Amino acid sequence: MKKSIISFIAVMLVIVLIGIAAIMGFSVGDKTIIPSVFDSENGIRRGLDLVGGSSITFEAQLPDGYDSGNLSKDMETAQEMLRERLTREGFTEASVTLQGDKRLVVEIPNIKNPEDAVKILGATAQLTFTDADGKVWLNGSDVKEAKAQYGRISESSVKEEHYVQMTLTADGQKKFADATQAISSRTDGQNWMAINLDGVAQSQPGVHERIDSDSCIIYGSFNADSAKSLANLINVGQLPFTLDQVELRAVGPQLGSNALRSSFVAALIGIALVAIFMIIIYRLPGFISVIALGFYMVIEAVILSLLKVNLSLPGIAGIILSIGMAVDANVVIFERVKEELRAGKSVKASIDSGFKRAFTAIFDSNITTLIAAAVLFWKGTGTIVGFATTLGLGVIISMFTALTVTHFLLNRMVDFRIKNPKVYGA
Amino acid sequence: MKSKFQIIKNFKIFGIISCILCIVGIVSLIALPFGKNFFNLSIDFAGGTEMEFNMHAAVTPDMKGEIADLFKEATGVDGTVVEAGSGVNQQAIIRSTSIDTDKRSAVIEAMKAKFNLTDDDLYNNEDVSASVGNDLKTAAFISAILAAILMMIYIAIRFEFTSGLAAVVCLLHDLFVMLSFYVIFQVQMDQNFIAAALTILGYSINASIIVFDRVRENLRVARKEPFEDVAERSVWQTMGRTINTTVTTLLTVGMVFILGVPSLRNFTLPLIIGIVSGAYSSIFLSASLWGKFRKIFRRRHA
Repeated sequence: MKKSIISFIAVMLVIVLIGIAAIMGFSVGDKTIIPSVFDSENGIRRGLDLVGGSSITFEAQLPDGYDSGNLSKDMETAQEMLRERLTREGFTEASVTLQGDKRLVVEIPNIKNPEDAVKILGATAQLTFTDADGKVWLNGSDVKEAKAQYGRISESSVKEEHYVQMTLTADGQKKFADATQAISSRTDGQNWMAINLDGVAQSQPGVHERIDSDSCIIYGSFNADSAKSLANLINVGQLPFTLDQVELRAVGPQLGSNALRSSFVAALIGIALVAIFMIIIYRLPGFISVIALGFYMVIEAVILSLLKVNLSLPGIAGIILSIGMAVDANVVIFERVKEELRAGKSVKASIDSGFKRAFTAIFDSNITTLIAAAVLFWKGTGTIVGFATTLGLGVIISMFTALTVTHFLLNRMVDFRIKNPKVYGA
Repeated sequence: MKSKFQIIKNFKIFGIISCILCIVGIVSLIALPFGKNFFNLSIDFAGGTEMEFNMHAAVTPDMKGEIADLFKEATGVDGTVVEAGSGVNQQAIIRSTSIDTDKRSAVIEAMKAKFNLTDDDLYNNEDVSASVGNDLKTAAFISAILAAILMMIYIAIRFEFTSGLAAVVCLLHDLFVMLSFYVIFQVQMDQNFIAAALTILGYSINASIIVFDRVRENLRVARKEPFEDVAERSVWQTMGRTINTTVTTLLTVGMVFILGVPSLRNFTLPLIIGIVSGAYSSIFLSASLWGKFRKIFRRRHA
């Protein structure tokens, strides 16, 4: 009896503590162990439909006869170009992701009118090579290819380093020879060549001699990433396709905050109604299931935070739906327990066989919902993936809490000698 | 258990009700590849541009006319204007075929100038090309078929082939009821419908499985009893669970429908229809269908 009281209190305490951790966050020193559910930087990220912002999808318009073997390499180049343009425009929180094989999705939070961004991002890239006076010597069509490399840059150098190797066309080689001759004869501080994207300098290597070769290297204080980034940007000049905006979703910030607030209120009322319903129908077990539901919600909150789920409106719908479904396992069990009680078994025996017999039903029925969530996760795009994530997680966690927490707490009730079948809804 | 009325014996009645509920959805779905569209498809599927402006005023028919004229002038394309929200702070939604960024900019600038709006008043600005819309349609079909096949395989393994077949028929029933509802009431169908429909696939089959699980269990001890009687008893034994789970799910989803923003409402409406239909099919159809399929199956192998 004494042991039961202690373990009952221990379970309640665990729920409260996890709940506090979920709301306040939990960190040791500077290191965040569990981010708070409200911490949108370290924890649950809020989707564009909640904070306001734009999602712009560009599709590569492949010309006839395009060698599709180059597609993944060229898309990487296009992605780098979009990133560079976003940074330049000050959208430092924006992201660019590849969708399918020829679409790029740009997500920009907190932007009010996205049309300017659509124009700038989708514009054909202008790659130029200029001198200190701004004279254009070469452009993108003069370059065959740029590659990030690692190794010794010449026979005589000792250390290995990252550099960018650029291959030129025959025409480009001639122009490059002229350019390097002119630039290298300038005074120090003026003898550099700028590589510009859309008129903005990306790199300014110094030129010390005339280079008459179909290939040259750009070196000096690169790391693997910066070398790759510059190589990609130089390749922008040879992108054989243009990017067309095929989808745009822009949500104003006000609409987003309304959405978050109203769904929060809806969820609270919904949960309260479910709790009242369960207690009225199932009495004591109903009350236990409400505690289990509390456990389910705090666990779900912590896991969503830890996984840094990108929460969008359908994602919220998934959470709320799974709360409604979370009590399902409890309902199946309690109905079973009631039947066993009616058949004249003792409370303890009824609870045990109720759980045992309900298990296959709960297991099989949850697997099918998981199959649906998995297909959505796999085949869906955008916000649908968020919905699949929250729904799938909800199903797994609810099955776990029903089979462990509810069972454990109900057994404690029996230990407390609450043995009147009426209390169990029979 | 004493039953108030016979579910299995009255299968014909429930079957006919279901056929009536499904027929509109089935016909509309079959007509789709033949170029006849009875659905009210949103730009997600159909492609197009949709912009929503907060007008800081009641949107009168006159104002709608002005906005439509302004849109035509700025883009050369006809747009339809509808109002949203209520009271003296309404929004105007303009829909048209897909227009490019230059034209959209022109509309936004013209609206800002004419009605004294700022960028903050641009609540929504969406554009979907026809190719993206078609991709979504294809993805929807593939996902639904894939999910149904996977579920049927799972049930066939855990139960038997005939029960898997019965569960999938119930699931298609719920899907068609949802489609019928959308066609009859001309509710706009957007990409959230796919997620809602697939959730219902999982949820509806979930309910059928609870019934089948009980039939499976009862069959083990009742070898001499006819299948119909076992099925009837099982349906009644699981009735409490089916109804109570439906109620709890409807409580949370219903709250979102009542209090949520329009886009969440679009998401929860099909869920509500599907949940109700799922309860109906698992109570009145699932066990009866299993019995029917079992008979057909056995006769063939006799």
